[in-house]
Amino acid sequence: MIELLVDNRDLFLTGFRNTILLFLLAGIGALVVGTLLAAMRVSPVPVLRLLGGGYVNIFRNTPLTLVFFFFAFAYPRLDLLDVSFFTRAVLALIVYTAAFVCEVVRSGINTVDVGQAEASRALGLTFTQTLTTIVVPQAIRSVVPPLTSVLNALLKNTTVAAGFAVAEAGQITPTLSERGASVLIGMVWIAIGFLILVIPLTATQRTLEKRWSVAR
Amino acid sequence: MTSVLYDLPGPRARVRNRALGVLATIGIIALAGFIAYRFWATGQFESRKWEWLLYKDLQLQLVDALGATIRAFVVGALLALAFGFLFAVARLSEHAWLRAPAYAVVEFFRAIPLVVMIFFLFYAAPQAGLQLGVFWSLVVGLTLYNGSVLAEVIRAGVQSVPRGQREAAFALGLRKNQVMRSVLLPQAVRAMLPAIVSQLVVLLKDTALGFLITYQELLFEARYLGSLAEFGRPIIPTALVIGAIYISLCVVLSLFASYLEGRKRRQRLSEPTLPVLDTTNRDGAAAIPS
Repeated sequence: MIELLVDNRDLFLTGFRNTILLFLLAGIGALVVGTLLAAMRVSPVPVLRLLGGGYVNIFRNTPLTLVFFFFAFAYPRLDLLDVSFFTRAVLALIVYTAAFVCEVVRSGINTVDVGQAEASRALGLTFTQTLTTIVVPQAIRSVVPPLTSVLNALLKNTTVAAGFAVAEAGQITPTLSERGASVLIGMVWIAIGFLILVIPLTATQRTLEKRWSVAR
Repeated sequence: MTSVLYDLPGPRARVRNRALGVLATIGIIALAGFIAYRFWATGQFESRKWEWLLYKDLQLQLVDALGATIRAFVVGALLALAFGFLFAVARLSEHAWLRAPAYAVVEFFRAIPLVVMIFFLFYAAPQAGLQLGVFWSLVVGLTLYNGSVLAEVIRAGVQSVPRGQREAAFALGLRKNQVMRSVLLPQAVRAMLPAIVSQLVVLLKDTALGFLITYQELLFEARYLGSLAEFGRPIIPTALVIGAIYISLCVVLSLFASYLEGRKRRQRLSEPTLPVLDTTNRDGAAAIPS
């Protein structure tokens, strides 16, 4: 079993490197876009709220495979910027995950009691001070644990890219069978690889939940 | 709407907000206009690319594909629910020999990406002599993953039932089995119904992964229709149509979930202050068999 891993280490290394790269790039992108969307959804401008809400409702109800489908097959037909498939995979993951990040951040902000902000304004703090010293520190406690589970889902979702031929971990199998190696054992190794990647994330989530849930 | 972040806007803020609103509207119109322009420039609005919608054969194929998606969803959902209940109860068992393996199974299948699971069942399992075929590879994959998530949801539900319920049930002389089946699980399911339905939305969305192993569902149909040369390879029109179908299916289920959520919240508000009265009369069922 170990020979298969050693013999095809190039395959496994590129595969998992691309998985991690996809995860990091899409994760950062989704956090930025999702936070912007959340800001839109809690803003005092009705048009922005509507836009944010519409975005979230559409993309939370769209299969990720469909988003990938669009970026893989339909995007090139629009004669837009010609970007590599890896970039398009990152875009697809960002577009999809941002909707989930937005919901987590928004509900996090909503858990902060209105009285907190009212009190801070009564104390004479400015908007920026209210936001940075009162609201965000409290919101972050209820945001981070579900956010890690969104990121966890993102990590697993990177495998969908394999179906559309980005050379990441899920893509290892077809190449293995071309090389005449056992797909069964290859799959077991991929599963172990993902367990190694996912378990620390889940553990972080549990710890954060336990440590921070008592705070309020 | 009141918010934590800002006061009710005064005159200056109102002007600023309105200006922002106008800017955002212009921005979104510009974006939509640009997309429409790209569609127009690449000929996506040509009637030829939409003609396939008019053919009866292709319409029937579309219905078949929709049926395939729904079939995978229904079978997957039923199996996942069964799996979820079974493993939730196993994880709550008093026997460590039952609890530990159930824990391992649930954690394992939650950690493995569903795509890897489905590929494993479809490409690798036949090497071990297990021929599942496309449909069952997809459905078994969906069951194992979503069933594990549901097991966690249901377990959390059982643990959220007030301790007194369980103690009272034991005090009445019910057996472990009866306490679980007729006292804890029904209340857990009521509490967790919105979360369960949300997970079923995830399952419905995940049926699209069947596309990757050539299960002939909606997305597969979109790919096929999109490659028809006689209609000018209408991949964008088909992606839009199929996308609309998926989104409507999921939105209906999501709306159902939020309806349940709203009903739950309303019921909690209207619950009588005496919890004892409340639990005995909850379903209008006789508390004492006559």
